This record gives sequence, C-alpha cells and structure tokens, in this order.
Amino acid sequence: MASGSSSLRKWSWVHKWSSIICTAFMLMLCVTGLPLIFHHEIDDLLHEEVKAAEVPAGTPYANLDEVVKNGLSKDPGHVAHFLIWDNDDPNTMMVSIGKTLDASPAKNRLVRLDAHSAAYLDAPDVTGRFTYIMLKLHTDMFADLPGKLFLGFMGILFCVAIISGIVVYAPSMRKLKFGAYRRDRPRVVRWLDIHNLSGIVLVMWMLVVGFTGVINTWADLVIKVWQFGQLAEMTAQYKDKPLPAHPSSIDAAVRVAMQAEPEMKPAFVAFPGTIFSSKTHYAVFLRGNTPLTARLLKPALIDAQSGVLTDSRELPWYVATLLISQPLHFGDYGGMPLKIIWAILDLITIAVLVTGLYLWLRRRQPAALGARAPKLATSDRRMEAAS
Amino acid sequence: MTTLFRPQRQTLWQIFAIPTVLGVLSIVGLISALVGDGIWDGLSWLLLAIPVLLCAYAWLRPGASGGRIR
Repeated sequence: MASGSSSLRKWSWVHKWSSIICTAFMLMLCVTGLPLIFHHEIDDLLHEEVKAAEVPAGTPYANLDEVVKNGLSKDPGHVAHFLIWDNDDPNTMMVSIGKTLDASPAKNRLVRLDAHSAAYLDAPDVTGRFTYIMLKLHTDMFADLPGKLFLGFMGILFCVAIISGIVVYAPSMRKLKFGAYRRDRPRVVRWLDIHNLSGIVLVMWMLVVGFTGVINTWADLVIKVWQFGQLAEMTAQYKDKPLPAHPSSIDAAVRVAMQAEPEMKPAFVAFPGTIFSSKTHYAVFLRGNTPLTARLLKPALIDAQSGVLTDSRELPWYVATLLISQPLHFGDYGGMPLKIIWAILDLITIAVLVTGLYLWLRRRQPAALGARAPKLATSDRRMEAAS
Repeated sequence: MTTLFRPQRQTLWQIFAIPTVLGVLSIVGLISALVGDGIWDGLSWLLLAIPVLLCAYAWLRPGASGGRIR
C-alpha cells in the first residue's frame, strides 16, 4: 500500500503538470475546433458561391482537360497543382492553382468549375474568412510547421493528462458511486465531481480525438516520407527525366486509371511536379465507396508523356493511418447528428479543462478530496495565506 | 456519523467497471460510422450520445445528492 500511494503521488504529479502545460492551448483548440465542425454550414451561411447548374441524372461530364484549362483561364501565369472532385457536390469540380509548381500548396487558390459544362464558377479568396482564421489558429496558430508540431506536442501532453487522469480517478472514487455529483457541497467538491464524471465518460472520445489530432500535425512529414519512400520507388526509373514538354491528356489519364480500378472513383489528380506526384506522372488518386475506403486513397501513376499506367499501389501504413485519423478527428463521417454530438462532446471537454484548471488553482493536492473533505477548510486557509 | 454508515472502499474493478463498458461503447461508436452508412451511422449516434446523456443526467437529476456508497 505504501508503494501504491507513492506511485499514486507520481501519477498525480504527471496529471497535474501535463495538464497545466497543455490546458491553455487545449482550451484554444476546443474553442476554435467547435466552429470547424460546422465549417461547411458556416461558409454556406456567410459566403455566397456560384452554384453549378442542376442537370438531369446521366448528363455526361465535361472533358477534364477543358476543366483544367478553364480553371487557369483567369489567372495567367499560374499552374495547376491538383484537379479535385467535390465530395459534397458531384456537379462541381475544383482546380487548385499556384504561382509555380514548387510553391507550397497551402497557399494555393481553389477555382470552382461546373463538372458538366466546364464553366468557370468562382475562385473565392478564403483567407479572410472566419472559418479560415479558426482553421489556421487550430492547426498551426499562423506559425506553419513549427506551430503544427508545437500543437502536436500539446496534444501528446493532453493524452498523457487523460491517461494519468484515469489513474488518479481511482482513489478519488473509492468511496463514491459512479456518476456521483454532490450538489449540496462547496463548489470545489461539485467541480471535482464534474471533472471526474465528464472526464471518465469522455475518456475514449478525448483520447481518440486528441491523438488523431496529434497524428494530423505530422501530415506534412508523413507526405514527405511517402514522397521519398514509396513514390520515389514507384517512379525510380523516371528520376532524371524533366517535366513533359507536351503532357498527355488528363482526361485520358483518368480514364486509364479508372479502367485499372473499376470499383473505385477518382478523388483527385496531382499534376507532374507537384508534391503528390513525380515530375513525369499524373498521379490519379482513387477512392472506394464506404466512408472508410473513401478515405483510403490509391494512387495510379500515369506517364504524362505516353499516357500509360506505370504503377499503382496501396498507400503505405503511415499514410493510411493519417488518412483514417482525419475523419476521427473532424467528426465529419456520420452526417449532421454526429457533428452535433461532436460539438457537445467538445463543449464537455471544455468543462473538463475549466474544472481541472479551477481545481488546480484552488488546491495544491489533487488526491482524494472526497475522503478528506474536512481538511478542505484548512487547505483553503493555506491557499489564502499563500496568495 | 461514521458509525451510522461507514463508506466502504470500492475495489478497482468496481470503480472501473462502468467506465470500461463506456470506453468500449465509445470505440464501437467511433468506428461504426466509419465502416458504413445508414444503420452504422445510427449506431454511432446512439453510442456516442451515451456519455452526453450520462453527464446531463448527473448534473440535472433533481434533488439527488451524495452518491456515497453505503
């Protein structure tokens, strides 16, 4: 028992310090993450967009080369990085364009086009939008990769705080029933109960959302590893070739890819020289039909000179992990009811953080308060003397 | 007071029984919407709503106080 209580002290210490360091950032992440759950709805509400024409089912799609050409028509000097199928609206396509091929795609502009007529719809500047500012704060605090990795580290501390929280939950609950809320007791007891209850019932959700968030902060690195790993391997014999002078048809490349994988649908095409392809290939990323396989993309590499399929492989486990961790972090994979539940769980997480912060400010020893309630008065006095 | 009802100490298993079940249900809820649509989404909503309902119940339950085991 003696060793038990000393190891408990260590866990309390871990819980306290991991929480103290990450709480301010976790609060920021919970607050900025809340509107991001509904970013589609918020954008629709706040910003006008040109809608693609409604067409009868079975209307043939436009030639993709024309879609890309029209996408570049209003921005001379720009180059196309990616051609993207809109997941939410089959009538719309998007072309992601940048100033040069090696410019960071994070600075790209999305041009929206009509998928059937290839007509240019619009290319809204999203950088001033509320959702964009929330997204930047949430992902990197406007500090690019260092910001991402820093928030990832805060996320790891959050996970440590959750796991150590499970350990210190036990002594706190020795004499209490599950779900105890002592409403007639002082606030410090009531908030401890709220902290314990909401913390323990949300434990799995917080761990999953917290850790998948951490994985997302590594996205840039994962893509780099893939580029220099699998992608380099798949395109090894083309390594020293320059960009194709007269690239083959994009439309034909997508058709070749879809013939190779008739069960799958195209998600996006990365053009030669962009981060998701080699200098000499169209990388057609195909997706499956269930919510899970829709995330697990499969690249088919089409030689952009000859138009033939040169290789197609499943993505390696580390990219697959990243792709699966995205929906689990965003909560966007189960319709509006799941988004609403996600939002409520986010709000309860804020309650866990705020009550935890309050408990730390009120008293120095987070050990079993329920068992030592009479001591509260003395510890309160000590706190007052200290302040 | 302690002579009237001395609170018993619960074992670790007693403390963590319900949280373990809730953790498993959360995992199933998180994964189910990922594997399919329709009924799988519904299952996910149901299972992930459980923690929300438990919190609401504990805070809003009228009159109840304590929660000490006897």
